[in-house]
Amino acid sequence: MRLRILDSGHTFGTKALFSMIRVISRQPVLDVVKLVRYRPDFYGKPMSKITHEAMRGPSDWSIGDREMMAACVASTNHCEFCTRAHAAVAQRAYGNSQPVPATFSEEELAVIKEPLRATLLMLRKLCREQMVDAEDIRAVLDAGASRQQIKDALAVCFAFNVIGRLADTFGFSVPGPEAFAAGAKYLLSRGYR
Amino acid sequence: MSDITAAQHALVQRILEGAGQAPHAQRRAAFNGLGLTEPVAALVNKVANHPNSVTSAHIRAAQSSGLTEDQVFEIVVCAAVGQSTRQHESALAALDLARGRSSDAPSNP
Repeated sequence: MRLRILDSGHTFGTKALFSMIRVISRQPVLDVVKLVRYRPDFYGKPMSKITHEAMRGPSDWSIGDREMMAACVASTNHCEFCTRAHAAVAQRAYGNSQPVPATFSEEELAVIKEPLRATLLMLRKLCREQMVDAEDIRAVLDAGASRQQIKDALAVCFAFNVIGRLADTFGFSVPGPEAFAAGAKYLLSRGYR
Repeated sequence: MSDITAAQHALVQRILEGAGQAPHAQRRAAFNGLGLTEPVAALVNKVANHPNSVTSAHIRAAQSSGLTEDQVFEIVVCAAVGQSTRQHESALAALDLARGRSSDAPSNP
């Protein structure tokens, strides 16, 4: 990572935890974990509350849907780390019931059922253009999403707009698929706390 | 239903008003994307608008202006949260304005 403190500036207890994670998972500690565990009172703890509520709080969207939204936001923002991480979680959550698009192009999204498809399209526009208007929201309502579902989707978008910006700026390394698979297993069993 | 409002407010309060190593004014400026001098302004602009084009050189330039790594960490977090907050608020405002065929009533009819 581009700041040494994020790689090696953690407390003794946190470094011991990282050692344990490496032994148990047989994978490197993901940079996102190093970030949230560095001075956690400043960023990691308050941000984790938001992320957990958005991704695992009560919602009419399934966990797979919300992980798909996270991957879609990351893909639109060109954040490779978050795209691969959350595509892996979404695919694990869905099983064989729903393929997760590789690029979230309009062609790929065409096979996704409404109102998720319209919601993903709206999120892509929001990330690309930094804004959406009432017409864009109306298209999602007309596709069958409730206002609360749109709010829930915007909460996911907020969380991954923050996390993706930090991943790119701090230069998260992108590990192999085994590390993302281990991360996906953890996030599905424990969430983002 | 899930609601991030309180947690989002707590995050913004913490990073802007809580203890830190960068001055409060600098953290607020990074959050708002306004009022910073180069090279920190360039880094904050990249974080907000083109994060995938940030390079080590942008980070080093900010450090060469006298910032410690901890101060860079805080300023980058403020910039990321600030831009994402503006985007989120703009979308929520559009949601308030939108009326679809959905039976749900707008939150502010």
